[in-house]
Amino acid sequence: MKTLIIFLFIFLILVSCSTGKVKIKIAGSTTVLPIVQAAAEEYMLKHPDINISIRGGGSSIGILSAINKIIDIGNASRKVSSSELDITKENSQDLIETEIALDAISIIIHPDNTVDELNLDQLQDIYSGKIKNWKELGGPDFKIVVVSRDTPSGSFAVFNEIVLIKERVTSEALMLASNNAVATNISYTPGAIGYVGIGYVNDKLKLLKINGIYPSKRSVKKNKYVLTRKLYMYTSETSKGLAQDFIDFILSERGQQIVEEQGYIRIK
Amino acid sequence: MNIRKIKAFIGVNVLRLFIAITFIFLLVFLYVIFAKGGKMISWEFLTQSPRRFMTEGGIYPAIVGTFWLTILSIGFALPLGVLTAIFLTSYAKPAWLVRIVRVAINTLAGVPSIIYGLFGLTVFVQLFKFDVSILSGTLTLGVLAMPMIINASEEAIKSVPRDFREASLALGATERQTILRVILPTALPNILTGTIISIGRVAGETAPILFTAATFYTRLRPTSVFDEVMVLPDHIYALMTEGSHAAKQMPIAYGTAVVLLALVLFVSGVAIIIRYKIRKKRKW
Amino acid sequence: MNKFKENAFKSVTYIASLFTILFLFGIIASIFLEGLPLFNFVKIKDFIFNTAWHPTHDPPDFGILSLIIGSLYVTLGALIIALPLGLGSAIYISEIASPRGREILKPIIELLAGIPSVVYGLFGMTFLSPMMIKVFGIPTGLNVFSASIILGIMVVPIISSLSEDALSTVPKNLREASFALGANKWETIIKVVVPASKSGILSSVMLGFGRAVGETMVILMVAGGAAQIPSNIFQPVRPMPATIAAEMGETVIGSPHFHALFGIAIVLFLITFLSILITEFFINRKKSQ
Repeated sequence: MKTLIIFLFIFLILVSCSTGKVKIKIAGSTTVLPIVQAAAEEYMLKHPDINISIRGGGSSIGILSAINKIIDIGNASRKVSSSELDITKENSQDLIETEIALDAISIIIHPDNTVDELNLDQLQDIYSGKIKNWKELGGPDFKIVVVSRDTPSGSFAVFNEIVLIKERVTSEALMLASNNAVATNISYTPGAIGYVGIGYVNDKLKLLKINGIYPSKRSVKKNKYVLTRKLYMYTSETSKGLAQDFIDFILSERGQQIVEEQGYIRIK
Repeated sequence: MNIRKIKAFIGVNVLRLFIAITFIFLLVFLYVIFAKGGKMISWEFLTQSPRRFMTEGGIYPAIVGTFWLTILSIGFALPLGVLTAIFLTSYAKPAWLVRIVRVAINTLAGVPSIIYGLFGLTVFVQLFKFDVSILSGTLTLGVLAMPMIINASEEAIKSVPRDFREASLALGATERQTILRVILPTALPNILTGTIISIGRVAGETAPILFTAATFYTRLRPTSVFDEVMVLPDHIYALMTEGSHAAKQMPIAYGTAVVLLALVLFVSGVAIIIRYKIRKKRKW
Repeated sequence: MNKFKENAFKSVTYIASLFTILFLFGIIASIFLEGLPLFNFVKIKDFIFNTAWHPTHDPPDFGILSLIIGSLYVTLGALIIALPLGLGSAIYISEIASPRGREILKPIIELLAGIPSVVYGLFGMTFLSPMMIKVFGIPTGLNVFSASIILGIMVVPIISSLSEDALSTVPKNLREASFALGANKWETIIKVVVPASKSGILSSVMLGFGRAVGETMVILMVAGGAAQIPSNIFQPVRPMPATIAAEMGETVIGSPHFHALFGIAIVLFLITFLSILITEFFINRKKSQ
């Protein structure tokens, strides 16, 4: 009994001792995470009295938490959907959308694979399971291991819209929960193909040309690379202030440099 | 050598082989983790926040987060667990209530950790509006730890000889006095070692805190129970899945795994040794 | 006054134990309240028996048969690995090892039960899986086999320590009677000790099953996540806990998909609950014997 009282007491103290530190809570898309995390480090160095907490969760969590004002900024790798606006009609009035960076969904394979280029139709056939061997694409005699992101992710939504269109992703595809899981898996799987945000491409992966064009700063900005998307931050009218200041920082020259350092493409 | 002896010889050696396979696998496992992560461990790694897009610096906030989550959840589960164990061992009436409580405990012990996560999400995060916070994580992990603590406490209390209890009652002590002054103090060391072992479990759980307490990055120590925190197991998962600099983050993930593993094994190891010593010393 | 204190203390212990019921009720209520609304959109029969899981397509498919089968494959594989290893260790520790060896082996096994699953997942994802590709020349290392191996090792301590408990409660005079009849140690183990502790061993296997079927992090990191019914053990699967963990964060709260994930949780809960009931049954039968 005494212990119970003591613990309750400690609990109360902890609850009440929250100091006056200012906080920005951010959550959402894992694709946007590296940008926000790097920006937050710098921002906090400039403003030692502010603490920024960054959580992943996915685009849906980001958008919904921002609408419901649970967090200050929601990250998303896709636009808010009409069904999301419907569900939260009364709250979503003052939702503010900011584009913070561009991303190219990059198609990656194992470095030992000799294939260099695919077009959208071939990509669709691979992901819908119609092409099963690299031989059919002029590559080595390997079974294709299709790697995709989980269907609820923002990356999948964009990939689905541009590549799969009406087709469904083959049930044999490995569905992985995040960009880095896809990248890591492909780096040691000779027959694998997958897609990640351009920030996740590293030297253990081989980048493919799509419709004859590599994703690059130029091709993305000029909208020549087909698998391009925008990255968003959502805030609500009420959470403006500090959150807006942080977003302004990301949109500033230094912020956009960070975007590039993390491998994404600046929006400004 | 007749056929029976050969059979016996083979049989015993197959058993030896089975236990050897288990241990060899675990040695390889531990070797891989410690070999890849051991070199990361330094004073800086343990005491600093992540820096340079989580490719440098340490895991201090995650250590602090795990500390608070574990301590608070045990603090929540221990009193409830011990009191329930007292009910089961000393009062245990009416029989139907005991049976229901036992079914509840066994079921709670078997519920998958991901379902604890969903429970925490719907009840603490959404219904009670604690949001993703230490408080939500603490309560979720506390409920998860309860069956372990109840079982440990019950065994500890049962191991107190009946004579102790009867002697105390015969001297005119009441039931409550007997429990609080005789039985609990005698059982306490065993209750505590059981609790410490469950601390190890709670510290390593990932699925229940995924939606209730864990955050990818924060620089500071939590200032209230409504803060979200970095946590060691989630940090490993997050680095492996959400980090964008795999080459530099993989060693950090392994380093974090070494810290978590060392923490869990050390804490439970100490508890097991203490329990062993207590059993040896015991004179009844 | 004293009487009051007695009663107050007694009531506190009653209230505390009611919390266990409350928590269980809370868990059941939360998954059922969020899961049942799914069946406004999908028939239960389609939910359980359809194999297509495309929760975000338009129109969506909410068939979880391939997820259930994925779970069962991986769990079965884990038990096939864990049963000989765990039971073998238990028999060795209880019947063959010297008292000194027992004092060392038992705590080590207990210690292993506490290794965090995410560390096993890390090991599987970065070490075991690439090794699988090299050793077996298979297309992907994230598959039923890899997941089963790691889950199996995780279940070994559960089967081992509970079976060991069961073996050690077999009365000494049974063993002595067997020796007196001329049986050697091995024959005594196989024909007397193990059959005598059968129900204890079975309940340890059921508990191991419950643990394996609900394990999340390893499955999420190592099983591959393909929502298919695998045709061999080197193919990836998407077991139920991994589906919940991977998709819960990304789904719109209150959408059919959200409810479907809780629907999976209901199925998962019912499967583990069934395994608990079976365990209870074995334990009770043992008591009545």
